[in-house]
Amino acid sequence: MKFLPLVWKNVWRRKFRTTFTLLSIFIAFLLFGILMTIRTAFSLGVDLAGLDRLVLINKVSLIIPLPVSYQARLQQVPGVDLATHQTWFGGIYQDPANFFANIAVVPEPFLRIYPEFTVPPDQVQAWLSDRQGALVGRDLAERFGWKVGDRVPLTGTIWQPKQGKPWEFNVSGIYDAEAGIDKTQFFFRYDYLDENRATGSGLVGWYVVKIADVSRSVELSRIFDEMFANSSAETKTTTEKGFVESFAKQIGDIGAIMIAISSTVLFMFGLVAASTMAQSVRERTNELAVLKTLGFSGAAILILVLAESLFIAFVGGGLGLAVAWLIVQRGDPTGGMLAIFVLPPRDMLIGVALMALMGVLAGVMPAMAAMRLRITDALRRG
Amino acid sequence: MARALRQIIAVMALNLRTIPARLSSSAVAVVGIAGVVVVFVSVLSIAAGFSAAMTGSGSPNRALVMRSGADSEMTSGLDGAAVDVIKQAPGIRRAGQAPLASAELYVIIDLPKKSTPDAAANVPMRGIEPAGMPLREEVSLIEGRMFQFGTNEVIVGRGAKGQFMNLNVGDTIVSGQNRWQVVGVFEADGAVVETEIWCDARTLQGAYRRGNSYQSVLARLESADSFDMLRDWLTSNPQLNVMIRRENEYYAGQSQALTRLIRTIGFGIAGLMGIGAIFGAILTMYTAVASRAREIATLRALGFNAIPILVSILGESLVLGGIGGLIGGLGAYLAFNGYQTSTMNFQTFSQVAFAFRVTPLLLMMGLIYALAMGLIGGLFPAIRAVRLPIPIALREL
Repeated sequence: MKFLPLVWKNVWRRKFRTTFTLLSIFIAFLLFGILMTIRTAFSLGVDLAGLDRLVLINKVSLIIPLPVSYQARLQQVPGVDLATHQTWFGGIYQDPANFFANIAVVPEPFLRIYPEFTVPPDQVQAWLSDRQGALVGRDLAERFGWKVGDRVPLTGTIWQPKQGKPWEFNVSGIYDAEAGIDKTQFFFRYDYLDENRATGSGLVGWYVVKIADVSRSVELSRIFDEMFANSSAETKTTTEKGFVESFAKQIGDIGAIMIAISSTVLFMFGLVAASTMAQSVRERTNELAVLKTLGFSGAAILILVLAESLFIAFVGGGLGLAVAWLIVQRGDPTGGMLAIFVLPPRDMLIGVALMALMGVLAGVMPAMAAMRLRITDALRRG
Repeated sequence: MARALRQIIAVMALNLRTIPARLSSSAVAVVGIAGVVVVFVSVLSIAAGFSAAMTGSGSPNRALVMRSGADSEMTSGLDGAAVDVIKQAPGIRRAGQAPLASAELYVIIDLPKKSTPDAAANVPMRGIEPAGMPLREEVSLIEGRMFQFGTNEVIVGRGAKGQFMNLNVGDTIVSGQNRWQVVGVFEADGAVVETEIWCDARTLQGAYRRGNSYQSVLARLESADSFDMLRDWLTSNPQLNVMIRRENEYYAGQSQALTRLIRTIGFGIAGLMGIGAIFGAILTMYTAVASRAREIATLRALGFNAIPILVSILGESLVLGGIGGLIGGLGAYLAFNGYQTSTMNFQTFSQVAFAFRVTPLLLMMGLIYALAMGLIGGLFPAIRAVRLPIPIALREL
């Protein structure tokens, strides 16, 4: 501990170089945080999707509806906790650029099947008692400045309203959820959709089924699909996780390529910063020899050097990651395109591990060399 | 002035000749800047490729009629009666008595992608009428033959065949209870429709239980100028509730969301990385200046002005930036130009095949960015070099 001032002095031996090394590492880890956030956004939050929820879509394609009558049949299958349906509405608020997901659901089972959405009880009551009520994500409400009680008109794209009855909704409640869960969605009541749409009565988009035992998901998926085989609307069942994953895969490799190139360059940046740090130790071989002469053991010198490089890596990297986290807290800068905008704790941990690796990598080679150094050689060189 | 220029050239030549002696430190700056340019150019080449595929699609001589309020063909719907009225509109070119207009259906079917065989991708499928082929003069068959109307035969686009599994001539596509026979492959100058599968609209109506309804009408205009006439006629007709757009404008509008997203990410990441690379360049130039502090002081003692020395140091870092920019641009071009892939068009939830495009404009932007990084990176060390008092600098080392 008493050698901390020595480490401190060494760190600031060349102020200019240390400052810019720190700044480089700061930028590198800031970028690391942001890249991991983008990666998570492109995977559509697949890590957070429920494993105990199965999704049934039409076998032909997601866009082909299923009959509402499947709900009762699904509910009767042993092992099913709760079956409910959802329907993509695709409505536009004022301008097509204001895209957000708006989905018709049956409120009560919906709230039970998605316990991760937290809604104040009085707002739940308001939603249950208002046919035109809607439950809105907190991020979405903030984006358009909506408050509970506001009236929101949407233009239907898929579903046309009956003559003279445009689609209008009342914000009954605003849901919140943990970081990483999409809070940009707009849920409204299926009964309102069904009574007010001009065509397509009795059709729903897909089913979500909560099962009692996660280990039976494969078996139950098969049972469901066999139930509806050879009907006019065959189904394809996957876990919710698999469903989100297959959707994310459709975005294709462009996300992966962007992340891969950026990570490679970032890695290169890290190596450059590490080599600068190593360089600064190599320059001081002479001094290290003096320390040895004074009776410092090889191990003590190793620790001194490592402490210095770890200090730089952790200060620069830690600040970078912290700033990345702060930026991410401010939310998606693209206005709704990246609905899941969060820096996962796992990636933060990876970042810290990378800092340690960087510090050790930069310090250990020159430190080992210094440790093995024969004092006379080193002093003669200087 | 001439004297200053001579001085600049003399010092600069000295600087550049000594770069090999400072190779590792110079390499740090070059590598950093090249890396940023690679990221910048390659990420933006994705946006350029996607945008080119979309905006290159469609012709200003064709008009797309959809139900008013629909944001894409996907969400549009027109019943048979409306389609008949639309086809009679003035401004549509006629071949003899028949209007050159095709009422079409646009759906997606699930097919496995070659790159991710275990997951289904939304492949667009279009039902067309006989006029749909002569209407699009850029479409031609490159393999097999045209499908026969009234059958379950289909032709597939070149892009779709490349990206999805089992779309070769002779293959059968199984989708739900439907079987589609692939009999031909078409190309359309790289347009978005190359990602589609085409079949008879009436067969598709039956397969998807659409009754006698369609989703859009694509019509060949009498001339590019007859668009307004057609629009006015359609929108003022009380029997219809439709909107009309030029086909090229429709596709250009669809590319905006994804293009903007990729550009935001590209500029954001490259911007931040640029700051990092500037720090790297500053360090390099600082080291370069520090190791020659004595030489620089000697030059100044000999009567060289501050300005030529400043300019020469900036010149050196500009050269390093330029080399980095060239390496980065070339690397991005070799690695990514023409890379074939497909992604999801958010407006229609359907797949679009396209190729990355490293355009000359992007290369130019990358080079300018590299030079800017070099310039900013050299500025502080240069100022520092000329402000250091001569006696101190001479005594240094």
